[in-house]
Amino acid sequence: MQKITFVNPDGSRTSVDAKAGETVMSVAVANGIDGIVAECGGSMMCATCHCYVDDAWSGQTGDRQDGEDDMLECAASEVRETSRLSCQIKVTEALDGLVVHLPDEQE
Amino acid sequence: MDMIEGHRQIVPPAGVPSWDVDPFTPEVLSDPAPYFADLRARGELVFLPRYSVLAVGRYQTTHDVFSDHENFASSRGVGLSDFKLDSPWRKPSIILEVDPPEHTRTRKVMSRALSPKVVRDFSDLFRETAKRLVDEALEKGTIEAVTEFAEAYPTTVFPAAVGMRDTNPRFLVDYGAMVFNAVGPDNEIRRNSMSRQSEIVPWITDACARDRLTEDGLGARIYAEADAGEITHAEAAMLVRSFLSAGVDTTVTGIGSALWCLSRNPGEWEKLKEDPKLVRPAFDEVLRYTSPVHTFFRTAGRDTEIAGFPVEEGSKILCALGAANLDPEKWDEPDVFRVDRRPKGHLAFGAGIHGCVGQNVARGELAAVLQALIEKVHRIEPAGEAEWRPNNSIHALDKLPLRLIAK
Repeated sequence: MQKITFVNPDGSRTSVDAKAGETVMSVAVANGIDGIVAECGGSMMCATCHCYVDDAWSGQTGDRQDGEDDMLECAASEVRETSRLSCQIKVTEALDGLVVHLPDEQE
Repeated sequence: MDMIEGHRQIVPPAGVPSWDVDPFTPEVLSDPAPYFADLRARGELVFLPRYSVLAVGRYQTTHDVFSDHENFASSRGVGLSDFKLDSPWRKPSIILEVDPPEHTRTRKVMSRALSPKVVRDFSDLFRETAKRLVDEALEKGTIEAVTEFAEAYPTTVFPAAVGMRDTNPRFLVDYGAMVFNAVGPDNEIRRNSMSRQSEIVPWITDACARDRLTEDGLGARIYAEADAGEITHAEAAMLVRSFLSAGVDTTVTGIGSALWCLSRNPGEWEKLKEDPKLVRPAFDEVLRYTSPVHTFFRTAGRDTEIAGFPVEEGSKILCALGAANLDPEKWDEPDVFRVDRRPKGHLAFGAGIHGCVGQNVARGELAAVLQALIEKVHRIEPAGEAEWRPNNSIHALDKLPLRLIAK
């Protein structure tokens, strides 16, 4: 079991349990994290599961997937270097303790 | 090798229940909910001897099989026919009926052409057309909503969005029906649909050519990717064909089903009118509740397993998406239509790398239609019995008489 912490724009934090193999998006949806909309359900067809990987973790979540940049261009909030679609980040044992920040808006 | 419906017959894995049912009769296809419930009740995995396939209908297993492109191939066809052993009725789609790494390249091109940002460019077209059709419907008072609304809307906006110079609404709708009927067995429904192949297919092929497209539509975007070297020009024509295969009949069905849901659930219609923010989630609930694409297949690309049962290479897996979308293990009161349910994870657009690439267009079209309806319409009432049109993989209305009362 891995812990993932979602940080809201107002700074409040929610920590939830995740299993290796799940995506950060599916963990958020399963735990009712409001800041992740995930309209397309993980097919990389929208940008409503946008998140910012915490600086301390950005080296460990890997590179953006093929096509992810195109979809991030459609994000409702500012896109930064640490921006990812949370449906494209797979939880691994190495990501235990991962912190991701939620954007102001998804839609 | 013993073949059946274009694929190899299999010996069912030990312990998997066998069920002598034909999911592709007009009776089941017109009213599939009892079959879905029965399929889920029989187990995680069920053998259907009639077609020698394995079937899944419980939510989690269906989701897992349907999105597991490593074990379950799409390149061997998403219908009963195994393209490794049988020749397909048309040249296979280079996005639907293909696996990675080939899929990754074409998918990227299509995703880019159909991104939320691109679809936003069409919002005026979608909105103005929706308003006009709603006004016309209100003027008539009583309409046959399948032809006069559900078909009229996508066959107006979609060719315009793609940039088609040729228009033939009937051919577009019937070509879609043909593609989706071809998923099923060689039954009368499929044969009737296919009988118009020689009339419709050449028209579709011609309509995909670059000189038949405007320079500012979705089709032109695909050809621009070919100019940039991302795909070949022949592939561009094939991807434009995918627009025409999957972009019309599906949204026709979505609109008809939305009107059916809202006319049969006046309380939910009131909720939607009161809270326009529910327009997008309400469409997802329509999709979950009615599953426009009710069934697709996968093929085991290697020896693998489903829910602990061994599955041999070449096995066809019937994925009953409609059954998963009504599974009480996943959904609270699945048989109740609720505009504010927000059914995250429904399988109406599929899941994973093959999830519907046109879903932003579908969402854009439906948002415009529902928005126009709640702005102008007070009540939507049934004006007669609704009838469903049996299709081997689409659950669509054939007739929907409605009365629309203006605000």
